[in-house]
Amino acid sequence: MSLMAEPSASGRFGEFGGRFVPETLVPACMELEAAFTEAWADPTFRAELDHVLHTYAGRPSVLTQCHNLGQQLGIRLLLKREDLNHTGSHKINNVLGQALLAKRMGKRRLVAETGAGQHGVASATAAALLGMECKVYMGAVDVERQALNVFRMKLLGSEVEAVHSGSRTLKDAVNEAMRDWVATVETSHYCLGSVMGPHPYPWMVREFHRVLGDEAREQCIGLTGDVPDVAVACVGGGSNAIGLFSGLVDHRTRLVGVEPAGGAAVARAQPGVVHGMRSYLMQDEYGQVLEAHSISAGLDYPGVGPEHSHLASIGRAEYPNVTDAEVVEAFQLLSRSEGIIPALEPAHALAWIVRAAPDLRGQTVLMNLSGRGDKDVAQMMDVLKL
Amino acid sequence: MTTDLTHGPMERAFRASRAAGRKLLVPYITGGYPGWQDALRAAVAAGADAIEIGIPFSDPVMDGPVIQQASQHALESGATPVSILHEARGLDVQVPLAVMLYYNTVHHAGHERFAAQLRDAGIVAAIVPDLPLEEAGPWCAAADAAGVETVMLAAPTAPDSRLPLIAARARGFLYSVGLLGVTGERSSLAGTATALAARLKAVTDVPVLVGVGVSNAEQAAEAVKVADGVVQGASVVRRLIEHGPDAVGEYVASVRAAIDA
Ligand SMILES: Cc1ncc(COP(=O)(O)O)c(C=O)c1O
Repeated sequence: MSLMAEPSASGRFGEFGGRFVPETLVPACMELEAAFTEAWADPTFRAELDHVLHTYAGRPSVLTQCHNLGQQLGIRLLLKREDLNHTGSHKINNVLGQALLAKRMGKRRLVAETGAGQHGVASATAAALLGMECKVYMGAVDVERQALNVFRMKLLGSEVEAVHSGSRTLKDAVNEAMRDWVATVETSHYCLGSVMGPHPYPWMVREFHRVLGDEAREQCIGLTGDVPDVAVACVGGGSNAIGLFSGLVDHRTRLVGVEPAGGAAVARAQPGVVHGMRSYLMQDEYGQVLEAHSISAGLDYPGVGPEHSHLASIGRAEYPNVTDAEVVEAFQLLSRSEGIIPALEPAHALAWIVRAAPDLRGQTVLMNLSGRGDKDVAQMMDVLKL
Repeated sequence: MTTDLTHGPMERAFRASRAAGRKLLVPYITGGYPGWQDALRAAVAAGADAIEIGIPFSDPVMDGPVIQQASQHALESGATPVSILHEARGLDVQVPLAVMLYYNTVHHAGHERFAAQLRDAGIVAAIVPDLPLEEAGPWCAAADAAGVETVMLAAPTAPDSRLPLIAARARGFLYSVGLLGVTGERSSLAGTATALAARLKAVTDVPVLVGVGVSNAEQAAEAVKVADGVVQGASVVRRLIEHGPDAVGEYVASVRAAIDA
C-alpha cells in the first residue's frame, strides 16, 4: 500500500486531518466526499478532466534541466514547470477538478480564498470557462501586494472582496470564505485552494495535483534513467508539494517541503485545530492562532495541510524553512542564471537548494517551480530598487 | 416533586422551567470585553435563565462582524481563557453559566484539563460550534466525567436521519441554528428557525433553543412559539459595545417581557 493512500473514514492521515467544521457544513462535506469518490472512479469524469487539462491548461508541463545553475551548485537541477500552465501556476490543476465536480453536483457558484491571488485567478478562470459565478476573498494586505492578480480576477468576471479582519492575509481570507459558505452552502461550492480544510479537501486536492508528481517522475526517469535523489517544493498549505510528493513517496526519493521562516508550522510541531483540520499550527500558549509573516503572500499561513504533518511525524518528509532574505537572493539567481523569473513561493524551494547544495553534490534534485513571477514583479521592484 | 438526577444542572433548570410554562432566554456575552461582568449581572437581573460566556478566539468562523469585533477587542485587551474563567468564578450569580468557545481552545489545553478548569470556575456547560458530532467523542467523554454539559448544535442543512443522533448526544439543551449563516442581526426571523426547531421538538425532549439570527424581542417571541427558548448574541453584544452594560440589562428585560407575553 502507498504511504500516501486514502485517508481513514474520518479523514485522518495518521493523527491529522478530520472534519472540524460548524454543523451547518457537515452535510455538505459528506455530500462532497461522496461526489468526489464517485466522480474519481468514473472514467467519464476522468476523461473530461484530462481533456481540459490537456487542451486548456497546457498539460503536461515540461521538465527543464538548469545547466547553468546546476553547474554552479554542483547538482543536476531539474524544474517541473508548473509556471507554464495556463494562469501561471499549479493551482489550475485543482481548480479545474473542483469546478467540474461542482458543476456535476449542480452548484452554480464558486467561493474561494486566495493568498498570492494565483488560486483566485485560477478559480475565476474556471468559473469563466464553465459559466459559473465566482467570489474570491483575499486579505487586504495581499490585495495590495498582489494587485495585478486582483485586476486579473476582476477582468475574468469574478468578485473580489478584501478581508480586513485579523492579520488581513490568507488565514483571514479562509475564515471569510468559510463564513460565506456557511450562508450559501445550498448553492455554492467552496473551492479550497490547498491540501487543507476539512475532509475530503486534503485528499481531494491531493488527487487533483497528483498529475504533476506522476508526470515529473516519468519525465525524470526518461531524462536520467532514475527517480530524483531529492524532490523539493515550497509549502504554504502544501498543495504543490503534495502533488510532487505523491508521485515519489513510494520511491527512494528524499522529500523536502520548504516553509517560510515566519510561517514555519511544521518546525514548531504543535498540533492545533483551525480551518476544519487538525494539523501543525502556529499558536500561542492559549491556542490562539498566530499570524504568519512572509514576503510571499502564498506562503503567509500559520498552518499546513494535515498530510504534511503526518509525513513529517513519521519521518518520510522533512520541512526546513528559509528566510525572506534567502528567498530574495534565490528569486534573482534563477532569473539571471536561467532566464526564468519564479514566483516568490517556489523561490523558497530554490533558496533551500542553494543552502543545502554543498551536501547535495552530484545528486539529481527535482524542484517544483509552482508558479511564475509576474505577479511579484511590482513588489520586488520596491525591494530590489534595480 | 421528585429530584432530577439524570441531567446536569443546566438541563435540570431548563426542564423545570419548561414544565412550569416558562420560555428560556440565554443571552451571549463576550468574555473579557470591557464591562462584560456588569453586563452579565444586568442580564441575569433582567430575567436571563442562563448566560453563554463567549471565550474569544483568533479565528471565529461562526461569528459575524459584531461578535468578531468584540472578540478581537477582548483579545487585544489581554483576555485569555484563563483570565475569563478566573473572572467568571467571582460572578456569584444564581443562573447556570455556559461557555461558547472554539475547539482549539479546548484542544490546546487538553480535554481533561480544560473540563476541570470549567468545573472549577463554576461553568456547567460548553458550546463548541466547530466540533460536530463525528469529532466530539473525546471532548464529550472528558466533559461528561467532569460533570460539564456539552450542548450540541443542529443546523437546517441536516437530513432528518441526523437529528436524533445529535439530540442523543446533547446535554443541557439542543442549540437549533436559526439560519444558514453566521451570528449577526437580521431584519426578520428566517423561516428555517421555526422549521428546524419543530423538526427537533418532534424527535427529542431535550430543551430546544433557537440561536443565530434571533435579533430582537419580536423575533424571540416568534421563535418561542415553537422552540423552548432562544439564545441571543449579536443583538446583546452590539448594545454592550455601543451603550455599555446597562443597555444590555434593558434589552434583556424587553426580550423577557416579549417572550413571557
Ligand atoms: C506559485 C505558488 N506556489 C505555491 C503556493 C502555495 O500553495 P501550496 O502550498 O498549496 O502549494 C502558491 C499560493 O498562492 C502559489 O501561488
